[in-house]
Amino acid sequence: MLDKPNSYVGRTLSRDAAKRAVAGRGRYTDDIAPARTLHAAFVRSPYGHAKILSIDVEAAKQQPGVTLVMTGAELAEMCTGPWVGTLVCFDGMKSEPQHPMAIDRACWQGEPVVMVVASTRAEAEDAAELVIVEYEELPVVIDKETALDKSTPVIHPDLGDNLAFEKMIETGDVEKAVAEADVVIEDTFTFGRHTAVSLEPRALLAEYDPGTERLTIHTSSQCPHMIQAVFARTLGVPEHNVRIVAPDVGGSFGLKIHTFGDEIAATAAAIKLARPVKFVADRLESFATDIHARENCVKARMAVSKDGIITSLDIDVRSGAGAYSQYPRTSVFEANQILNITGGPYGHENYRATTQVVYLNKVPTSQYRAVGHPIGNTVGESLVDQAAAACNIDPMEFRRRNVMRDDSYPRVSAAGIEMRDMSHQQCLETLVERMSYDALREEQAELRKQGIQRGIGIAAFIKGTAPGPAGYYGAGGAPISSQDSCTIKLEPSGGVICMVGVTDQGQGVDTVMGQIAAATLGVPMESVRVIEGDTDAVPYGGGTYASRATAIGGEATYQAAMTLRAEILEIAGVLLQAEPDTLDILDGHVVDKGDTSSRISLAEIGRIGHFQVAELPNHIQPTLSATHRFRLRDALYIFTNGIQGAYVEVDTDTGFIKLLNHWVIEDCGRVINPQLADEQVRGGCVQGLGGALYEECVYDTAGQLQNATLADYLTPMAGEMPDIEVAHIQTHTGVSELGAKGVGESGTGAAPAVVMNAVNDAIRPFGGKVTAQPMSPETILKALGKV
Amino acid sequence: MSESKLEISLSVNGEQVTRTVPVRQHLVDFLRTEEGLTGSHLGCEHGVCGACSVRVDGAVVRGCLMLAVQADGAEVVTVEGLTDTGEIADLQENFVERNAMQCGYCTPGMLITASELLKDPKPVSREEIRNHLSGNFCRCTGYHAIVDAVENTINKRLEEG
Ligand code: FES
Ligand code: FES
Repeated sequence: MLDKPNSYVGRTLSRDAAKRAVAGRGRYTDDIAPARTLHAAFVRSPYGHAKILSIDVEAAKQQPGVTLVMTGAELAEMCTGPWVGTLVCFDGMKSEPQHPMAIDRACWQGEPVVMVVASTRAEAEDAAELVIVEYEELPVVIDKETALDKSTPVIHPDLGDNLAFEKMIETGDVEKAVAEADVVIEDTFTFGRHTAVSLEPRALLAEYDPGTERLTIHTSSQCPHMIQAVFARTLGVPEHNVRIVAPDVGGSFGLKIHTFGDEIAATAAAIKLARPVKFVADRLESFATDIHARENCVKARMAVSKDGIITSLDIDVRSGAGAYSQYPRTSVFEANQILNITGGPYGHENYRATTQVVYLNKVPTSQYRAVGHPIGNTVGESLVDQAAAACNIDPMEFRRRNVMRDDSYPRVSAAGIEMRDMSHQQCLETLVERMSYDALREEQAELRKQGIQRGIGIAAFIKGTAPGPAGYYGAGGAPISSQDSCTIKLEPSGGVICMVGVTDQGQGVDTVMGQIAAATLGVPMESVRVIEGDTDAVPYGGGTYASRATAIGGEATYQAAMTLRAEILEIAGVLLQAEPDTLDILDGHVVDKGDTSSRISLAEIGRIGHFQVAELPNHIQPTLSATHRFRLRDALYIFTNGIQGAYVEVDTDTGFIKLLNHWVIEDCGRVINPQLADEQVRGGCVQGLGGALYEECVYDTAGQLQNATLADYLTPMAGEMPDIEVAHIQTHTGVSELGAKGVGESGTGAAPAVVMNAVNDAIRPFGGKVTAQPMSPETILKALGKV
Repeated sequence: MSESKLEISLSVNGEQVTRTVPVRQHLVDFLRTEEGLTGSHLGCEHGVCGACSVRVDGAVVRGCLMLAVQADGAEVVTVEGLTDTGEIADLQENFVERNAMQCGYCTPGMLITASELLKDPKPVSREEIRNHLSGNFCRCTGYHAIVDAVENTINKRLEEG
């Protein structure tokens, strides 16, 4: 079906949403402004940790335009109880109950304390300035390395210590492998705290109709059904009375799979006032309240035989969470994922990985694009490069000897992860060719003679995509679906409506679902309309996260379209007195399978099926619609693989890094729309490069975030970024008929690793080595012993 | 902190308007909330991201750094206006064809900034395009596709003279 000539699957088609975006007709949450909308602003804790002694809201209440001032205690009365950000699948995990706004104590700078609602945002902010909160500062815990020391204060005394979670994976005998190894590489890697910086900040518009008791929330979200469940449960509104609409979403990257206390507060205000209430985070609030991620320190050791075969790997991960574990997805996924994926491309049999996740008086951490992968890949791939250098083997050749063979699947990795349908060898050889590896090495050597220091980086990677129900959310107890679904309908006109649980944030999910539906049904693309992002319209689903939309939602769409197709052919068979299997659907017409001559149009089937049902025998009751759901059966994830290459130039006097070329070869299984897949990879890469080179949320010792503006938190801009060459190997996954795996995070997952390897390759002759990200010019100069 | 207001008269996308606005209101907030022109976006409100870029008297400015009252007597053009006049229709087409946007939030600002390169098109390198756009933040695309789209548009305009 999908492989027919001229199939829409495997073809670049442009997105309708792009056409309106270029005209300035995008419709984001803040663009929606019903009459009588009120605006919320927040008084937030100026301290990293402080007791709240008193709150005086009287002056604020008197301000012009103010309709409501609400404290944390008042909000708690409208809620069913505090959140506890644990999942049962994380054994022994603990977290302090968290109220949407602080009540007695604020635990990070930026935690909401009082909400002010007024006619305009400006008036709400004016009044917020008049709220007087008396605080008593408490000691802060800022350094993850000392967070578990006896002398360090405990943030939440009821928890006993600052430990959120610990875990160990052990396979084989690492100590024995190390003792027997010819070469042992040991190093420590540190990673700065990042945040998503979606260009459109978090935004929410809540409306409550006291008559029907219906709550409607427009919000910039990836996961409407999860938001529905969490908001309904937190505010005590029946779930089926809550409608969540995600209009155009201005970037998300994992940030917008989460729930935030200020959003609950604004929704509570809408219920209380029975008026629309809008909350849009400004950039300062985004930095100080959006989830953070990536703050980790990893001690790692790799054992290698002298012919360059990896025999063991062990890592110890200290992960810095925030003041609470983020509800409902937790703050421990990143560490857990580092354990799962480090060294993942390779076939070693001995592995030990431990982690401790600790609470800090900082913004809560949680999932951000490619959770854990930038860290695990950087650690593993840096050790590989160092091992190759120690063995005097070219790093490409070293990887060639160690990657899992393409004919060795299914298999289980040393971390205990099931691997199937992967292509490390093919990706590696493609990269060698695409980057003209040997010629590039020659050029590098030549330029060294002229005093130009260039480095070549390589990083093989795996990426967990499309998580299944056995793993985390379902089994863990959170109201997050790991299935996804599609309802597809043939309309009387012959048009097709396709309603999907997965959502679009600009990746082109709607276009991809449309391509799958059109190709499977055999109708023109123009006759398919895809609806997503509205819990009143679409069947229940998890939404878009963890590179799951195409892999999970795409298969649901394919299956639903297959069922509808079978019904159409059955009805056509009755009308035409032909066996359905002698018929096919092409370009919106039921055709004869043999000579493809048109027998009846889908518009005619639609007309008869909806209006002229009397033309059909009694035993045929057309539904002309189908709903399908899809989930992984046993697997935790659909793992993908790939390899990246980078070519950089390092100025050894200034420490500046110039990115020259970047290559990504990856295997996301069946590619539905090549251009959209490429652009996911490119955008993802640059997000990873930002983290590797520039981005970090810097805290001082008092728990004050030092760089909460876009001028101070540096992000990649056009001038510094390279062109990125992308190629896909398409090993279809065997877990679905569609065969697609996830693609959205593969760029991000390995870009930090490849650029760090390239930089180290450039400075290795000078004895320099960088193991900390972001790699600022200062870090480079320090590594070179120049400062 | 009272909301003092002033009357301003300006041209917005060719239409003459007279409005009474809070003196502290930024131009982009005025355009978005008073005029319903939501094509200009707010990404940082402190002049770094370029999402709020609009044309004022022919120059590209950041709508979050300019007050509405400063635009009194000015000619303001937003992405909606540029769309209506067809001035950048080819650029917009190339953005769509090359998928030079994902979420689209940065797109109006990118288009307005890139339009400066099109007024009197000269051969430019990719690096020059990148530098020209380096005040516009895009979190989604990684810029490569945007550079392609701008480059294609300039080349076509040069070819067609
Ligand atoms: S919103 Fe004006 S530059 Fe960012
Ligand atoms: S397309 Fe999303 S910020 Fe540029």
